[in-house]
Amino acid sequence: MLSIPVSAQDKPLLAVEGLRVQFPTRDGVVRAVDGVDFHVGAGETLGIVGESGSGKTVTSLSLLRLAPPPARITAGRVVFEGEDLVSTTPARLVAIRGRRMAMIFQNPATSLNPVLSIGRQLSEILRWHTGIGRKPALDRAAELLRLVGIGDPAARLKQYPHELSGGMKQRVGIARALLCEPALLLADEPTTALDVTIQAQILDLLAELRTRLSMSMILVTHDMGVVARMADRITVMYAGRVCETAAASTIFDAPLHPYTRALLESVPRIDHSYSGARRVLPSIAGRPPDLLHPPAGCRFHARCPEAVPDCARIMPREISVGPGHTVSCIRRGSPAETELAA
Amino acid sequence: MSAVLEVSGLRKQYAVVKRQLLRRRVTCAVHAVDDVSFTVRGGETLGLVGESGCGKTTTARAILNLVRADGGEVRLDGQDVRPVLAGADRAAMLAVRRRIQYVFQDPYLSLNPRWTVTEAMREPLRVHSPGQEREWNARVAELLSTVGLDPRHGSRYPHEFSGGQRQRVGIARAIAVQPEFILLDEPVSSLDISVRAQILNLLAALQDRLGMAYLYISHDLSSVRFISTHVAVMYLGRIVEMGAVDEVFAHPRHHYTAALISAIPVARPGAADTRTQLKGEVPSALNRPTGCAFHPRCAAAMPVCRSVDPVLAPMGPHSLAACHNPI
Repeated sequence: MLSIPVSAQDKPLLAVEGLRVQFPTRDGVVRAVDGVDFHVGAGETLGIVGESGSGKTVTSLSLLRLAPPPARITAGRVVFEGEDLVSTTPARLVAIRGRRMAMIFQNPATSLNPVLSIGRQLSEILRWHTGIGRKPALDRAAELLRLVGIGDPAARLKQYPHELSGGMKQRVGIARALLCEPALLLADEPTTALDVTIQAQILDLLAELRTRLSMSMILVTHDMGVVARMADRITVMYAGRVCETAAASTIFDAPLHPYTRALLESVPRIDHSYSGARRVLPSIAGRPPDLLHPPAGCRFHARCPEAVPDCARIMPREISVGPGHTVSCIRRGSPAETELAA
Repeated sequence: MSAVLEVSGLRKQYAVVKRQLLRRRVTCAVHAVDDVSFTVRGGETLGLVGESGCGKTTTARAILNLVRADGGEVRLDGQDVRPVLAGADRAAMLAVRRRIQYVFQDPYLSLNPRWTVTEAMREPLRVHSPGQEREWNARVAELLSTVGLDPRHGSRYPHEFSGGQRQRVGIARAIAVQPEFILLDEPVSSLDISVRAQILNLLAALQDRLGMAYLYISHDLSSVRFISTHVAVMYLGRIVEMGAVDEVFAHPRHHYTAALISAIPVARPGAADTRTQLKGEVPSALNRPTGCAFHPRCAAAMPVCRSVDPVLAPMGPHSLAACHNPI
């Protein structure tokens, strides 16, 4: 596992500042992402962890302005390689998507085009971005398939997605993302749809590739085990906001935010015996809030074991509590958020 | 004496049919469940684990005759209930079904969207205990509070509940008729992590209080370790290892079990690198490998594994494994 490169923190590859994404609906505005900050250094893997509705997927999609309508980025900046992707032109975005920043999607069955052969959909991306000919593009696609561990790539290029297993399709999805050797790979729940033994293979593959290609990666997942294995740093999200960001070992060994602690404790452990004692998992009461009517103050206060009356009133702002460790909790000294969401 | 559910030699095949112009021809058969045997006693939980397609759900459904098994026995306190469940005597069939209830994976699909929760809960009471209709509403309210729901919410419809609450309704409905066995098919897989722990705690508490036996089906080994007293590992339709849960997790004897356990990423950074990586994917059940079905992926395979099918044999006092070269 890589340690945090200090230089990377000075000039990150990607810096997200105050990102807000809203979904106007008939019932009101859903604040899916409500003021999110994080950064990713060169060669670094950031894990974004959260439950469904925490805004982790909308955040990752919004980096490339891919969040589906009616999503609107209402505030914030996404600075990638010195360029703000929120305000840049559509033409620039098209040039960046898939080339400098690429995505792997959760469901390999729906993210591949069913009516195009594997060779066609891989080579098309290369030809679009680099303008090379059909033959060299297919050769490069075959090379990538071999890189992601697919045997007999020449034959696979002629096949269609339905002829491949789920694990194989996800390997094709990874090959597709890596075609142009992007600087940053966004992987949104890349193994959730796969069986555990295949998940282990795909995680190993991703770990090997990011080292070999010296890529940065953002890994979005709800699985604490997956981030423990893959991430250098972890950002924990809850109800559209960031609770805590720290080095992976800090998140697991010395978490500060009550939600991070509760989340870690509520997962049963495979390396722990539960026989003998009374079987009770420390669980978080209640459920994540409705983002149409988010609670005032800290989003987690209603479920928080450490909440004080102020938590229902004051929205905490991120505070640095150690090198590379930030937390948003007034019980840990966070000041109040000054510019409240309009 | 508490009740005993014994499954022995359970088999289910699906015919693979080739359609031709005027006729259908059965070309071969897929053995979805192949000679599966286990015993569950009152107060115990047997965790049934394996990857998708290994036959764990088919096993549970075959127990209740929701899919018709092709062979084997399901004995409840010694009596084979398969003929009863498939038979014409409705009263006898219902008597068995009352004792064995089922909780489905998806609480969104297993509740009728046009029925209120009270209506959904009255249904098992109506089917299984005719007579005291006046008491049903009180019983529904009692059941709702047992599973941690507000009894006043009985007049609501399923769409007004979250996934976790709906799964609570599914559990309340199952325990309404005081069953001795509950077949839980991935009951927490579709739930959020923080809600998963609540439902697992509820299941554990209900079992401690009511003494039911669970068959807990899951691909999530961590939750199996938490809830189960025993565990059976399935691969391509067969049980390859079975035993007390701590024994199997701490000292797996079958190489597939070991690989499955070590494939789970542990929530502790740097804990990874003692893993046994499995090569390849689960073969199609259509062409099951000869001998031990796991041999093409097994690092410890010997020549005998290619030809001779291993049988489940005792590996110490607490577990059984089907392996020629156990760990």
